[in-house]
Amino acid sequence: MRLLDSLRRRMATLFRRSLMNAEIEDELHSHIQHRADDLERSGLQRAEAERRARIEFGGQVRYAEESQEAMGSNFFETLIQDVRFSLRKLRKSPGFTIVAVLTLALAIGANAVVFSVMNALVLRPLNVPHAQSLYQLGRTGEKWGGNESYPSYLDLRDRNRSFEGLAADNISGAGLDAGEGPSRAWGYEVTGNYFDVLGIQPYLGRVIHASDEHGPNSAPYLVLSYAYWHTHFQDDRSMVGRVIQLNKHPFTIIGVAPPKFVGTLLIFSPDFFVPMVNQEQVDGQSVLNMRSNHWLGDVFGHLKAGVTRAQAIADLNSIGSYMEKTYPKEESRVTYSMGHPTVGDVFDGAVRAFVTGLMLLAVLILLAACANLGSLFAARAADRGREIALRLALGARRMRILRQLFTEAVLVSLTGGAIGLWGSILLLHGLSVWQPFPEFPMNVPVTPDAAVYLAALLLSLASGLLFGVVPVKQVFITYPYEVIKRGSTGTVTGRITVRDLLLGLQIAICAVLVTSSMVALRGLARSLHGNFGVEPKNATLVETDLTTAGYSSDNMPVMQKRMIDALAAIPGVMSVGLVGQYPPLHMGWTDTNVFTDTTSDLRPSNAAGDAIQYTISPQYFHAAGTALLAGRTVTWHDDKDAPRVAVINREFARKFFGSVSNAMGRYYKMPNGTRNQVVGIVEDGKYTANLAEDAQPAMFLPLLQSPSSETWLIVRSGSDAQHLAAAIRSTLRDLDPGLVSFIQTWNQEMNGALFVPRMATVSLGVLGVMGAMLSITGIFGMASHSISKRKRELGIRMALGAQRKEVLKAALGRAFKLLGFGSAAGLLLGILASRVLALIVYQATPRDPLVLAGVVFAMALVGLLATWIPAQRALSLDPLILLREE
Amino acid sequence: MNDQAQLLPGTLDLLILRAVSIGPLHGYGILLRIGQISGNALLIEQGALYPGLFRLVRQGLLKGSWGTSENNRRAKFYELTATGRKRLREETANWNRLVAAIAAALSAQPEEI
Repeated sequence: MRLLDSLRRRMATLFRRSLMNAEIEDELHSHIQHRADDLERSGLQRAEAERRARIEFGGQVRYAEESQEAMGSNFFETLIQDVRFSLRKLRKSPGFTIVAVLTLALAIGANAVVFSVMNALVLRPLNVPHAQSLYQLGRTGEKWGGNESYPSYLDLRDRNRSFEGLAADNISGAGLDAGEGPSRAWGYEVTGNYFDVLGIQPYLGRVIHASDEHGPNSAPYLVLSYAYWHTHFQDDRSMVGRVIQLNKHPFTIIGVAPPKFVGTLLIFSPDFFVPMVNQEQVDGQSVLNMRSNHWLGDVFGHLKAGVTRAQAIADLNSIGSYMEKTYPKEESRVTYSMGHPTVGDVFDGAVRAFVTGLMLLAVLILLAACANLGSLFAARAADRGREIALRLALGARRMRILRQLFTEAVLVSLTGGAIGLWGSILLLHGLSVWQPFPEFPMNVPVTPDAAVYLAALLLSLASGLLFGVVPVKQVFITYPYEVIKRGSTGTVTGRITVRDLLLGLQIAICAVLVTSSMVALRGLARSLHGNFGVEPKNATLVETDLTTAGYSSDNMPVMQKRMIDALAAIPGVMSVGLVGQYPPLHMGWTDTNVFTDTTSDLRPSNAAGDAIQYTISPQYFHAAGTALLAGRTVTWHDDKDAPRVAVINREFARKFFGSVSNAMGRYYKMPNGTRNQVVGIVEDGKYTANLAEDAQPAMFLPLLQSPSSETWLIVRSGSDAQHLAAAIRSTLRDLDPGLVSFIQTWNQEMNGALFVPRMATVSLGVLGVMGAMLSITGIFGMASHSISKRKRELGIRMALGAQRKEVLKAALGRAFKLLGFGSAAGLLLGILASRVLALIVYQATPRDPLVLAGVVFAMALVGLLATWIPAQRALSLDPLILLREE
Repeated sequence: MNDQAQLLPGTLDLLILRAVSIGPLHGYGILLRIGQISGNALLIEQGALYPGLFRLVRQGLLKGSWGTSENNRRAKFYELTATGRKRLREETANWNRLVAAIAAALSAQPEEI
């Protein structure tokens, strides 16, 4: 009870002033009791003794109150006082407050957004149990990340001693028909142990287990993702047990995955999961037994307890050398690396590097904002010199004044942080429902979580304290007597102050950002009109997969030819070409090793190099807009019975045969030993979704000699894209109603290729605009401060006949000098930084007069905007009024 | 009671510091100690002690902690901090100078000027 009592009293002490003096009351009471004890000992009755003691003590309430005042108020009360006072002060200078809060809102908002993205893509572990011990394997030293074939996966799974279990997956698209006609869906082909390795329990029904696998096509079961079940089957629980058609093969829905589970690749949002043993039904042709086809997506598993990463890698490498020895034809030297499966680790760490870079920039911006606000606050503290001096003179302690100034700073930073966070939440919400690629279900899990809120709060507090600390020195060196005697006119020093350096740095950062965003923008503009070796304009892409519609490899070419002929017959269509697997500039591509004609041992390490492989119809080059440099294109006569031929690009000819003229008629070998004769050479182009790529060898093989079920039709036509799409759709439906096709213009398709550079440009642009705004507020603050400090001097100069130009020079000279030096330094740094940018953005180069002129113009604009109002103020000074005032 | 002297402003603090410098005391004990060492010559209203006491605590010259008194009652005991000790020395020196100066001034004879 006593404890409770005292606890309650303590709580009350904090919050209610009437009870604030509970402790004081206790002490006074104790005093009276002691006195009463003494009086009792001298012979009085206890009651009388206490009465006397109280009388002797005097006015108990009065002394309690005086004691309270003497004790000073407690932390919270001081805080409330400070907050009230700060609010009053801030309200008095709304301009300052708004500028400060907005600056911080921008800077902290930017940090919150970038941090959320980093949190989602790089930091946050996968949403599966025990994600810390989940590792993903990758072959090192192979050009495209290095994936496994199904047999090599089995070797890894069965021979390793380091993992609890190894599972694998592969992303695949299929035509899913639940009774209302087929529609395209994307999902994972997963190994039987997939869900058990990840430790995922079903939301409904059951998941796939290893016991379901009994050889190829033995497990026609399908697990729906929660999202697909929710949107396509309206949470209908009776779907479990139903049979649906996947590429015209019956599959039984056995369960629904839990809501937040999207597999191990965070940005992909799958529609379904099917057993990998049924791969043939989903993909059309079986690759399960092909050791040379490294088609698996991720291979991952939990490390056994007590096994270190290094031990596991050694274990995997020993399996690698086993495979190299046992299958010398298919495997070259295999070594492994391991990483946690976050988005940051795929794409060769490019995402991690980019996001980290972005975070660095965002933090730089926040630092610039702090520097800026620091000088604004210092300027304010200087302007408030008189007030502070007066308070000191009246007995306020310096700590108390500092505390109040800090409260003011933190108040501003928290308000700014809250607004910034609010804005960033809106933005992130938009980002998380955004689907950049219409044909592919994306999942951008950037909704802010507790970590983001915490980061924003900490950043706000830290920046508040950071810029709050700038005026500290000023308060400590304030001697009340001096300030009041001297008046508010400060001395003007000629030397460079820390504040100047900060501002210069900030202008430099701003110039870096402006430079790099302009470089990126120019690069992007060039990308849109660049020469890609194909002409995306006026071309429509029709993507369809014949396996999805149930065709076998026998009747596929016939159907493909019928499709080409039918589409070519649509009025207005100039040409129709077919390309298998992926068209150029797509997110996906097929890369194959090539060997010189004299190589007989076709193991990967003996390859002369690799080339991107396309399977094309005769009209392809015409439809795609690729120029034929020499020889001929493929024809319908280049079929299974004819000698194998290939059309190669100029880079292929240069790299493997020395020159274009040398290459014609020569032979090279494919990994399976086929000899291809070069019959034609086309211009180089861009093949992957990375427009900044270097020239790469590419080969184009006749459709009839290497069939492909994945079919992309390129329809070149001058007519309106929408009408064309409708005509294409009805034509294809007439051919086969079960065909699932996806139609869009090539330019739309290229959005995928331009996605990364666009994102880079947009982020840099946003950061650049913010940097510019910060510089403006910084220069503005400095210029107005220097003018208000030198009012009297300027007034006297004007009274003595100084010209407007001279007044401006005196008032703003330093600001402009800083602007000049800062911009120059920033421009130089920006040019250096653009080399990094060139890796992402096509033809990003700072050696571009337009970029240089743009940067100079932008920085001049920043200077003009920032100094306009202070300049007006300087010019409108009236010496008479000024001199009278002081 | 009439022969007790009124305190000069500011001297109560000095007396408290002095009383506590001899050993930790609670509020009532401080009063008794002041009475004891001043020969009961000073008039201090009991309650007036406390605002002074808390002021000294706030200035960091004293620190207080709850304990049990010789009467077996809960009471807050005060003791000098290091700063308190230093302040006591300075103030004592100041006081002595002041007293000496004022005494000298008051006892000065016309012929000495």
